[in-house]
Amino acid sequence: MSELTKKTKKPRSMTQQRRLGIIIRWVIAVFLIFFSVFPLLWIISASLNPTGTLATARLIPQNPGFKNFQDLVGNPTFPFFRWFWNSVKITTITTILTLSLTTMAAYAFSRFRFAGRTTMLKAILLIQVFPNLLSIVALFLILTQFGNIIPSLGLNTHLGLIIVYLGGAMGMNIWLMKGYMDTIPRDIDESAHVDGASDWQIFWRLILPLLRPILVVIGILSFIGTYGDFIVARTLLKTTELYTIMVGLQIYTSGMFSQKWGIFAAGALISALPIMVIYLVLQDQIVGGLTQGAVKG
Amino acid sequence: MDSSRERLSKTAKKVHFELSAILRFALLAVADIGLIWFITQLMINGFFEVAVVLIIIVIFNTYVFLAPKAYPLRWMAVGLSALLLFAIFPIIYTSYVAFTNYGDGHLLTKVQALDQIQRELYLPEEGRAFEWIAYRSEDGEYLLWIKDAAGNTNLARQTDADEEDHILEVIPGENGIGELDEAGAPVAIEGFTRLNRILATTDTNLTRIKFGDPEKTIQVRSPSEAAELLPRYLYNEDEDTFTDQVTGIVYFERQGTYTSQQGRTLTPGFRAGVGFENFENFLTNPALRGPLAIILTWNFAFAFLSVFLTFALGLAISILYGDPNFPGKKILRSLLIIPYTIPSLITILIWRGILNENIGIVNTVLRDLINFSPNWTTNQWWAKAAVLIVNLWLGYPYFMLVTSGALQSIPSDIYEAAEVDGARGWNKFWNITLPLLLVAVGPLLIASFIYNFNNFNLIYVFIQGGPPIPGASTRAGYTDILISYVYNLAFEGGRGVNYGFASAISIVIFIFIALMALAQFKFTNMWEEVSENV
Repeated sequence: MSELTKKTKKPRSMTQQRRLGIIIRWVIAVFLIFFSVFPLLWIISASLNPTGTLATARLIPQNPGFKNFQDLVGNPTFPFFRWFWNSVKITTITTILTLSLTTMAAYAFSRFRFAGRTTMLKAILLIQVFPNLLSIVALFLILTQFGNIIPSLGLNTHLGLIIVYLGGAMGMNIWLMKGYMDTIPRDIDESAHVDGASDWQIFWRLILPLLRPILVVIGILSFIGTYGDFIVARTLLKTTELYTIMVGLQIYTSGMFSQKWGIFAAGALISALPIMVIYLVLQDQIVGGLTQGAVKG
Repeated sequence: MDSSRERLSKTAKKVHFELSAILRFALLAVADIGLIWFITQLMINGFFEVAVVLIIIVIFNTYVFLAPKAYPLRWMAVGLSALLLFAIFPIIYTSYVAFTNYGDGHLLTKVQALDQIQRELYLPEEGRAFEWIAYRSEDGEYLLWIKDAAGNTNLARQTDADEEDHILEVIPGENGIGELDEAGAPVAIEGFTRLNRILATTDTNLTRIKFGDPEKTIQVRSPSEAAELLPRYLYNEDEDTFTDQVTGIVYFERQGTYTSQQGRTLTPGFRAGVGFENFENFLTNPALRGPLAIILTWNFAFAFLSVFLTFALGLAISILYGDPNFPGKKILRSLLIIPYTIPSLITILIWRGILNENIGIVNTVLRDLINFSPNWTTNQWWAKAAVLIVNLWLGYPYFMLVTSGALQSIPSDIYEAAEVDGARGWNKFWNITLPLLLVAVGPLLIASFIYNFNNFNLIYVFIQGGPPIPGASTRAGYTDILISYVYNLAFEGGRGVNYGFASAISIVIFIFIALMALAQFKFTNMWEEVSENV
């Protein structure tokens, strides 16, 4: 188990050996923690530093205050809370729709046997491997043409962005969901069938409540993935007002980067916080979902 | 008693069934009508590719919701439609674009390009001539009165004037027209001064201005004559050629551009198939090949090193702290997982500040301590190191989580057996832990390789692919990977966008990814699982 302790040559009692091992490992851990936490500490400190430029930033700011956070409110060139709201709106709608599409499709894959079932499962897995950035020219074109006919569905609209995201709804998630459903015994639905329940009733009343844990995992992974998307939103949205938070934050840092550092830090902290809290609270569930094969996107 | 209840429930079921069927038909009809209207509109606008995809979607959905045989597909019809439109079609379309010259100079369809070329006009030496008189306003706008051989008169506004009608009847009292002289020309027009012969011939602007509308455009040819402009290029539909009416040169269609024998071309060009030219360019054009070789090498090195470093650090951590009795284990994991919990785009931006070459904290401290500051953004090797450091920070928690799970699943009796055989520390690690671990996390390593192979956000947001490669014919930098290079080609080309070439590279990336993904699936046995699954 602990290779390090084995290396000490002198014979010692087990407890002494163990204690030394723990000390050495904690010393290493301190370095690791420093590496891991440093950017976070740095951004917290920058957000509290009233001078607000990168050049004057130091780890413990003089006269810390909340000036940067106040500057985020009502800033006409950088409508931060507008972006934040856009992100929350787009991400929530996408996540809910993704969950419904995924769950229903997974139910069919898990409970029915039909021609082409395995082929479709494999195809779905293969297609979602390709990043949609690679075919962004085509996505761009589709939305441009849609927008010519129905402007609210075109380029530079939230609705357009959401439907593009939905193209990726049926992916790895279906496999996770189907795998979980397969573990729910089919006797349950068979006996319900005998009692005269329709497929929809079985799905809605019986299966769905049992899916709660996996719904949470897929919901969170999908939420985090969509919330963190940068390049699709950046390519399809043109108006500052319509930006998502990730596109907006990137704009903050381009150009007069070092001057806006404080405000950027405050904004970054606010936008990262919800996700961090979700992760740290639900880490065990998320890790369970992750190790089944999904890579952070 | 029993049988009557049964009958009752049967009737209820039947009613329910019929209701749901009616509802289904109604919804399907509404959706189909909406989509068919949408498709018609797409067709009218000439957007045929997307229209075809939507037609497939309409047929598919109608079939699925009507045919009892396709019942299971009803549960996923919407998702599959979205998948087809926004995931599968874009891939097919990208493959198609890769074989065309779509890009700057070739953005239009053929119909649009023909239309534009045919709108090109010239002032013939011969042709219909008019007598003319010019009027000028205070702010330099002109009106032109014209009279043809038959004696019909008109008043023409400038072609670029922001008005509804550009050719007006000469009726006194309308449009500010005053009384007419014996020739039929207005003596005065409200807001305009009538120019006499001398003023008109000395006004140098006048011969350059076009009057009237696209159907009837008039230009002043000489002090006494104005003439109607004619289309300069005459299109021959059978031979698909244009003939220049001034010089007589014939232009033939060559890969989306009308080209004369002497090599002169007409603009605009249009989208046309170019066969494998984009792929050949990729291999043979020295200006493209140079940066591409650098980018491709770095792309593989970057993906490999990223996976290797993140995996190594993640594994080291889970071995060091895997002991379930290690004090503070829970808190340690919560602290070390932090990079994973912040959306990566945000942390990439933060790292950009931390590693800022002049005023970032790292260089400030290093300068004070050892009087040395690495050029993170201007030196290609330091830039590559910076990208790897940031990616190590971003990626190790994932492998820490994954490997700690996998390590626990290795049965401890294997170790006990090995210890009996005399295996110790490192030996045990190399011969037992690592091989078993690799089997378990192998697919994840491949997935991570694919992910990093296309890690656009890191490269693009952190450093924009810089520092630039000198002498590259398109925007390319030393830390660019294929996908960021493609993005530059498609969307940020300072020297023009080139969708065709960008798509060709995308296809190459597709093939790489597909091969790696297939390897990954083989590894996981996922596919066998599906087939066996009851």
